[in-house]
Order: sequence, then C-alpha cells, then structure tokens
Amino acid sequence: MADKVATRDAYGNALLILGAENPNVVVLDADLSKSTKTADFGKKYPERFFNMGIAESNLLGTSAGLAAAGKIPFASTFAIFAVGRAFEQIRNSIAYPKLNVKIAATHSGITVGEDGGSHQAVEDVAIMRAVPNMVVLVPADGEETRQVVLAAAKYYGPVYIRMGRLAVPLLFGEDYKFEIGKANILKEGTDVAIMANGLMVSMALEAAEELAVKGISVSVVNVASVKPLDVETIVRVAEQTKAVVTAEEHNIIGGLGSAIAEVLGEKLPTPMVRVGLNDTFGESGRPQELLEKYGLTKVDLVKAVHEVLAKK
Amino acid sequence: MTNIEIKRIANTLRQDIISMLVTSKSGHPGGSLSAAEILATLFFREMRVNPKDPRWADRDRFVLSKGHAAPVLYAALAEKGYFPKEELQGLRQTGHMLQGHPDMKKTPGVDMSTGSLGQGLSAANGMALAGKLDGKDYQVFVLLGDGEMAEGQVWEAAMAAAHYNLDNVTAVLDFNGLQIDGTTDSVMCSSPLPEKWRAFCWHVIEVDGHDVDALIEAFAEARQIKGKPSIIIAKTLKGKGVSFMENQAGWHGNAPSVEQGEQALKELQEEALTLG
Repeated sequence: MADKVATRDAYGNALLILGAENPNVVVLDADLSKSTKTADFGKKYPERFFNMGIAESNLLGTSAGLAAAGKIPFASTFAIFAVGRAFEQIRNSIAYPKLNVKIAATHSGITVGEDGGSHQAVEDVAIMRAVPNMVVLVPADGEETRQVVLAAAKYYGPVYIRMGRLAVPLLFGEDYKFEIGKANILKEGTDVAIMANGLMVSMALEAAEELAVKGISVSVVNVASVKPLDVETIVRVAEQTKAVVTAEEHNIIGGLGSAIAEVLGEKLPTPMVRVGLNDTFGESGRPQELLEKYGLTKVDLVKAVHEVLAKK
Repeated sequence: MTNIEIKRIANTLRQDIISMLVTSKSGHPGGSLSAAEILATLFFREMRVNPKDPRWADRDRFVLSKGHAAPVLYAALAEKGYFPKEELQGLRQTGHMLQGHPDMKKTPGVDMSTGSLGQGLSAANGMALAGKLDGKDYQVFVLLGDGEMAEGQVWEAAMAAAHYNLDNVTAVLDFNGLQIDGTTDSVMCSSPLPEKWRAFCWHVIEVDGHDVDALIEAFAEARQIKGKPSIIIAKTLKGKGVSFMENQAGWHGNAPSVEQGEQALKELQEEALTLG
C-alpha cells in the first residue's frame, strides 16, 4: 500500500510554499486552524494570518474585502461551515463581484467520521457548482492538492477547493500535471470508464485492477476540476468506452455525477451509473466503516461497473 | 469646498435621486434622501479620492453596506465626476451600468458590491486589514442602515474590527429609525445602539446627520482616534427634504410618480434658494 497523506495536510504545506512565493497571499481561519492545517502558515507569517473566531459569515466577508484591496486570501474552515453558514457571503460578496478569494474547505464528506452527520458536508460541490464565476476543485491526493492550491493562487477569481480529513493514498509524483479545466486520464481502457474525484480516485484505480483480472478493460479518469469541466476529454472517453461510472464522496445529486450526466445527456447519451451518497446524510463512525456502509468502496465500484455493462 | 457648498451639493443629490427614481419607476427614495449630507460630506470634503483614477491604490474607500440607498451613491459619484450625469437616467434599466444595488464591476467609483444587508462592514474590515499590511494610510468608510443592525454579521464584523484595532475603519450609521415594516424598534429593537457599539469597543460619536458642520467635526474626531474603529451614529430623517416622504416607512422602496416627482423637485428647489 502506498504512503498516505490527508489532503488537508498537503494544503497546509502548500500554503507555506505560497507564503514564501507571494507576499499578497493571506490566510484566514475560524478557530479551526489546527484542523484545517493553516496554523503552520499562521506561525510562519503571523502578520498575514487572521483568526476570525467562530464567525464564518465574517470570515468570508472579510476575505472579500482583502481581495478587493489586492490580496489573495485563502479562507479556511470545514466545508459544512464555509458553504453552509456563509453561502450568501460567498455568493454576493465574493462570486458576484468575482473577487479573488480562495475558499479552502477541509473535512468534506462522510470520512469526517466520528463527528457525525452535522459536520459531514455532502452537498457542498452541488451548491458551489451552481454559483456563477466559481471554480470548483476536488483533489485526489497530497500531490494533486499541492498543485491545486498553487494553481488556484495563480488563477484570478473565486475558487472552491474541497479537501478531506482522512489520510488517503499518495497516487501522483511531481511529474503529474494538474490544470484547472482539465481531466486526467490515469488509465486507458475500452469497456467502461470510471470518472472519479477526491478519495474515490484511488478506489477507482483499485477497482480497475481487479476488473482487469476478469478481462474487463477500465478507463480511469480523475476529474479534479468539477468546474470548469473538461467536456472534451469526458466525451472522448465516453465515446471509446460507451459506458460510464461516476464516483464521488458526495450526494449523487448535484455533484460530479450530475455534472457528467449533464454533459453526456446533451452531447453523447451514454449508459451511466453514479456512485455516491444516495441522497442521504452521514452519521458517526470510523471513516472506513462509513465508506462501507454508504457504498463508497472498491467493491461498490466493481458492482457499478457490472451494472453499467449490463446496460450497454 | 466650503460647508455651505456641501449643503448645496446635498440638495443637488436629493434632486438627482428624485429625478432618477421617477425615470426608473422603482428604487428606494427614503434611505437615499436621509443620507444626502453624509455622502456629500464624505465625497466632497472627507475622502481622498480621484474620479479620474477610480482604482487608485491609495484612495480612501467607501462601502455602501445599506446598498438599497444606491441612488444617493450614484448621484454623489456623478456629481464628483466619475461618470456623466446622463447615466443617472439609466438607473435599474437593462443594459445600463447603474444596477439596483451597487456593483463594483459595472460602476466606476463603487468600491464594493453590496445589497444584501449585513455584509458591508466585513468587506470594509478586509480592505482596512489590507491597507495596514501594505503600509498605506487610506481610510475605509462604510455606511450602515439601522434596520441592518438586526443582521448578526454586523456584530461579528464589529467584534473583528475592534479585535484587529482597525482605526482605519470609520462606520456611519444612517439612524433614520424606519425600515420596511415600520419603526426599527417595533420591528426588532436594536436600542440602545450607542451603548452596544461602545460595548464592542468602538469609539462612538453621535451627531445630527443633516448638520454638515457637525458631520465634518465628527469625521475629524474619528480620524484622531487611534487603536480602535469609530462609528458616527448620525440621527437622520427618512425621506428628508420631501415633505410627503419625511418619516414615512411607506417611502422605503417605492418610486414617486411623475406628479409626485415634480412636487418633490419643487420643494427641493425652494430649499436650495434658502441655502444662499
């Protein structure tokens, strides 16, 4: 098994790189800096770190003002509080005027684990995706997170970065290349494609390996850039495989699966199965147990592949 | 610019508000008219701005947190020379730059997009933090409404401004006592406001918001206060300057008819004559 690192840890490290590179990068948090991993930036660059207390509306609103005056704020808290509590600040103070704020949210999805359903954002991608001017990025591992954070800082405009609490396998080396608006084909295949993001990418790769043994050739596409979506690659892969499974640690309503269904529905109707949370909240438990209970494992992906192949 | 000239400008802003709302047939006259002296004093005396360079990095900033009072801001910006006065007649109309609520991407001189109440002070704080980081001496002004005091985010931001010692933030509260559904204290009691802001560690100045001389003094006092933000609680009259609009909650968000507009302009022109 590969080494593991949580995307939130990779985020904390990437902020240190940015802090050294660009004096305009500032970081804001809402009393969760040890969990979101912004605390190290705060120690190294205290004058550019603002703890806003437990006040997420003001966290995002203040970030908007900093951006309006030329700063590149990274605003961090848990996904549920960023998108949930401060939705309208994100919508009206940040996205509407297209201000250069990076909403770096951690603790997304059910792998938050023991804290339970109140703290597990399962709808954040759907909400952020529907906001005009917003870029939505969901990195799969530590290396991709590093590249996503650096790319977000270079891009001018609002970006939502979705990260997790749980340590996940390292999939990519420095030769990997993330680009906003580009999907990455990690494995070419001819029978079916699994299009995934976040922690489902490593499971998609494992499922593809298992299916290869059974003679099923699986293409695996990492769609970290949910918005803008790489329509060209998605359609091209669907054209080759004629069957698509999507996989995300998010409600199947409104997230990656929906985004891909929208594209294929218009451009190339293709048999699909969406793997994700079936319009349900999570609950307390160990992350691995929750992934099993809610159908987000390699086994579930293999099942979904058989299901979609039957529809071909 | 002399104090009497600022008073005349406030009168001009009121006339522009009426004429643009008559044309647009929608908008918010009451809370625009109440803030005319405040905007006139800010843009023609207090603020360091350059209409030829609206994005000048060293400019003082203005955030209209009570964004529905956009007409008074647009009138002030046009009077100051940010754009031609003819633009005022395009208020709220398709394809024109003057949106129903301020849009920093569409209108030169607008420093922050606002309209959803409660969000302006946070944005002002962000600009002030950036100014301090950059070693700039610009001041950030933010105009709040009294109905807006019910928004929780205002108090989150009030706490943060004091916590970060943002003496480069000056808030003005347009304290006209009325909101859509009635008097502010009948809808949601926010009294006592001076005590609340003092308790949040702000320097509080109370003035008559239609007294230009008092406003000038209040802004001077706010500039002297170091280590904490200041708020000028400006007692005003909603609909000020138009007899049938004064102190009437019903004129919060309704535009005057052509006839009502003519009557209002007549009253304001008569007032202008008394200003010498």
